[in-house]
Amino acid sequence: MAQESKQRAWLRRVIGLVRKEILQVRRDASSYLIAGVMPLLLLFIYGYGVTLDLRRIPLALVIERSTPEAETMLASFRNSPYFDVVVTHHRANVEDRLVAGTVKGVVVIADDFADRIARGETAPIQVIVDGSDPNTAGLVFNYVQGVWANWLDIASIERRGTVAPRQTIGTVVIDPRYWFNPDVRSQNFLIPGSVAIIMTLIGTLLTALVVAREWERGTIEALMATPMGRSEFLLGKLIPYYVLGMAAMGISVVTAVQVFHVPYRGSVFALLVVSSTFLIAMLSLGLLISTITRNQFAASQAALLTAFLPAFELSGFIFEIDAMPRPIRLITYLMPARYFVSSLQTLFLAGDVWSVLGPATLALVAISTVLLTLLVRNTRMRLE
Amino acid sequence: MWHRIRTLIIKEFLALWRDPKSRAIIVGPPIFQMLIFSFAATQEVKDVNIAVLNQDWGTSGRDLVSMFEGSPNFSKIDFLTDERQIAGAIDSRRALMVVSIQSDFSRRLAAREPASLQLLLDGRRSNAAQIVAGYATAIVGQFNSQLLQQERVPISATAVVGRIWFNPNQLTTWNTVPSLVAILTTSMGLLVTALSVARERELGTFEQLMVSPLGPLEIIVGKTVPAFVIGMAQATNMVLIGVFVFRVPFLGSVWLLYVSMAVYLFSIIGVGLFVSSLAKTQQQAILGAFVFMVPAMSLSGFASPIENMPDWLQYLTLANPVRYYIVIVKGLFLKNAPADVIFANVWPMAVIAVITLSSAAWLFRHRME
Repeated sequence: MAQESKQRAWLRRVIGLVRKEILQVRRDASSYLIAGVMPLLLLFIYGYGVTLDLRRIPLALVIERSTPEAETMLASFRNSPYFDVVVTHHRANVEDRLVAGTVKGVVVIADDFADRIARGETAPIQVIVDGSDPNTAGLVFNYVQGVWANWLDIASIERRGTVAPRQTIGTVVIDPRYWFNPDVRSQNFLIPGSVAIIMTLIGTLLTALVVAREWERGTIEALMATPMGRSEFLLGKLIPYYVLGMAAMGISVVTAVQVFHVPYRGSVFALLVVSSTFLIAMLSLGLLISTITRNQFAASQAALLTAFLPAFELSGFIFEIDAMPRPIRLITYLMPARYFVSSLQTLFLAGDVWSVLGPATLALVAISTVLLTLLVRNTRMRLE
Repeated sequence: MWHRIRTLIIKEFLALWRDPKSRAIIVGPPIFQMLIFSFAATQEVKDVNIAVLNQDWGTSGRDLVSMFEGSPNFSKIDFLTDERQIAGAIDSRRALMVVSIQSDFSRRLAAREPASLQLLLDGRRSNAAQIVAGYATAIVGQFNSQLLQQERVPISATAVVGRIWFNPNQLTTWNTVPSLVAILTTSMGLLVTALSVARERELGTFEQLMVSPLGPLEIIVGKTVPAFVIGMAQATNMVLIGVFVFRVPFLGSVWLLYVSMAVYLFSIIGVGLFVSSLAKTQQQAILGAFVFMVPAMSLSGFASPIENMPDWLQYLTLANPVRYYIVIVKGLFLKNAPADVIFANVWPMAVIAVITLSSAAWLFRHRME
């Protein structure tokens, strides 16, 4: 009997604190900002703004002497959807443009180009790319080669003998197939990744502030004076933000599928399992930061440093993990976002592939357990 | 008046510096982030796992496989023995690409027929997959030209000769370090200013400031200067780390760097003050700062080129100060950009700074009455 009433009192305290947190969330309009506006804003940015697919890259074409060959080459570049071509006749003035960053690459057709072809010598086309942005530089170089190969084919058909035809008979022809994403849309993997960023922000940023705020305002002492214990306190803080996070997750997934037409091929159950474990890890991290710093400025910076930036940079969302140096690759294994990004990309594009989801979920459970343990240990319900 | 502002500045510094956690947060993280993220923020693709399925028993298939093995871009190659293993290798993300050589590969080449080579790529990472497919294309191109040489077919008489400027060895850190100098300065400058007024409002000390002889403008100056000093010191720190730890060359003029850094910080502080004058609590200030910061960083040209965006969004980025500052910092580090190029990017920031600072000052006065 006494046992039962004890349990009921415990439950009543949890519910009471949950209600207080919900009221606090509802009263402050900025909570809607993070749960409603932020997810849409981020999806919007990654849906429209951040794309790795080149389009209309400014390119300067230097034609030192106008010849029929140079003119057909110019036409080939103008027809390419990837370039926005500016034509000049001297290389000196385009070099300044490369420094200013107003063109990303320069293609030079030297004045002896036609003569060399006529004499049967090798006629080089020079390509200068802006190495301060290596990714674009590499893509520009590849696409210039594509335009050139195209021009060569046309030229060899038009004037047989002048330009040696590229031999295709008896050679290897490449047949590339992109699984899960046949149109090779970068949005299809960036948007699922950005859902992970949204969840990271919601999970850590708000919770990083809640305990710190109670310390700064002194209301924590009022809480300590109540019969409330550690478990009630932590559950009261975790439950409202868990609900908020899952709601934002729902909004994000529906928007990704309905507005940005990213396919979703996994099951709702798998999504719930993976995102719940990730969210619990993030909420524990946020509360842990809050408990340790007791200061909202320090807490917000710490949340930025330990949650947001790793989710952006160390998760494989934009930057390829395999390409990082070994020590940093090892650090990424500790980042919950790493597992969540690969799980989301798989759930959206491939389906319930348990060889990806299983290990990821286990890793997330392990990280959550460690963070929750640390959180419980650091939570003190009395003043020192 | 100067005396009053000076006391407020001293008080602001003390408020930030007195708390050991805030102090640690101001000094430590930017350096730490610089060290980790400079190496991480690479869009290079190297050392990725690929798999090869060679069902051809002839020599051509074996020759092609050994060219893949010899390529410096692929260090880890799994060998599959059965077509049914392909799905598992890609689904589980063990292989980004599977190169599949059909059983008639050598026979077709010997008969002078075109032989097809299948590349199966993981579209979940389509950007990396495209780059890896490019490596494979280059290897096949080499293989083909060897075939043609054996057959004594004349090879095409023109060639594309490439040169990479500003970063000839394509070192990742040369690209990431200058961008991070810009990105990391932003977050600190913004949060320090956004929170300074909100904290006083939340704790109720703002009313004490209002009954003091300080006028609204004096309060604004007192709140701006510490953020400015901290921002300048941090940026200097990061530039020094970039040059002396990462060995990224700094070719441009230091004088131009500091002029543009100052203008940039004023534009960011203006946004911070603007958020600060609207926010009643620190939570509102932090979230307001994030709502500005996340799009500003994502659409700055750091994560992906601005030219790839739709036109209307490109116009919108004209109002983003981070965009100009990244061009300036990269230009000064790697390209020895001349003064006219720098000023072409400084004046838009100056316009943004004037707009944000004056509207913040107006709002501040307005809300104080």
